[in-house]
Amino acid sequence: MLDFISQPWTWWVSGIIISSTMFLLLFFGQSFGFSSNLRTICAAVGGGKFVKFFDFNWRSQIWNLVFLVGAILGGFIAKQFLSTGAPVAISENTISDLAKLGISAPTSVQPNELFSMEALFSVKGFLILAFGGLMVGFGSRYAGGCTSGHAISGLSDLQLPSLIAVIGFFIGGLLMTFVLLPLIF
Amino acid sequence: MKFIKFLVLGTLFGIVMAKSEAFSWFRIQEMFRFQAFHMYGIIGTAVTLGVIGVAIIKKYQIRDIAGNPINFYPKDKAVSRYLIGGTIFGLGWALSGACPGPMVVNIGYGYLSMIVVFVFAIIGTYLYGIVKDKLPH
Repeated sequence: MLDFISQPWTWWVSGIIISSTMFLLLFFGQSFGFSSNLRTICAAVGGGKFVKFFDFNWRSQIWNLVFLVGAILGGFIAKQFLSTGAPVAISENTISDLAKLGISAPTSVQPNELFSMEALFSVKGFLILAFGGLMVGFGSRYAGGCTSGHAISGLSDLQLPSLIAVIGFFIGGLLMTFVLLPLIF
Repeated sequence: MKFIKFLVLGTLFGIVMAKSEAFSWFRIQEMFRFQAFHMYGIIGTAVTLGVIGVAIIKKYQIRDIAGNPINFYPKDKAVSRYLIGGTIFGLGWALSGACPGPMVVNIGYGYLSMIVVFVFAIIGTYLYGIVKDKLPH
């Protein structure tokens, strides 16, 4: 059994579990939207004293911070107990496209060129991680949600704003992938 | 104790993000290059089941665990904020290879560089809070 679930999980298994997560959160009186935690953290560390946007009852969102802690724990469990250590099995086409950018084929989950300690402590590597995070944090709040809030929860409720946001996600993602990444690497 | 269920759900979410490789920069690149069905399969399955389930909840007015109606609030009708905000988010998603949830899953998995990405995501949200009223929504 453990051997079986230590293999990478098929897409539909993942899809079923993600939508189940959304429904269980609804059943527990909440909703599935991860990026709200970023705003909650800003409020929890006292951001509300300086910026009105963070002056709200963040304690009502503690459940979501607990969910976040669970997600960290889930990553830890996956690594320690459910991992074969095999590299991510991405397509050959992606491997050869990334090779042109100087990113070597997967040896684990993440590319060393971006996430190794050497990369982190280089100026360029640090700036990549910092700007990536900055844009995710800024953009998700500007758009009012991220992949969970818009692409999963919002589209499930057939909300047009969420569809527009997801189209935005792809405009940005394609622009980065095909225009900016070749300039960066 | 009332938070235990959220811890369990978060843990399940973290495990599934890791085990389906959706938390990998490589998978996000593969998705934006349209070179595999994997990520579309994950999101497509989740949304398909989601649409069916939400319709059922609305039709049968299903209540939550506390007996309250499960409400869905329509998001504000607008275009700019979703399109511009979404585009900025997408730029960051393709660069760092992670949206907020998978960032913390990576931290648990041992990719400590993701702490930097996550901290800057918090800073990004803070910056949005500062300039919010000057932006088109």
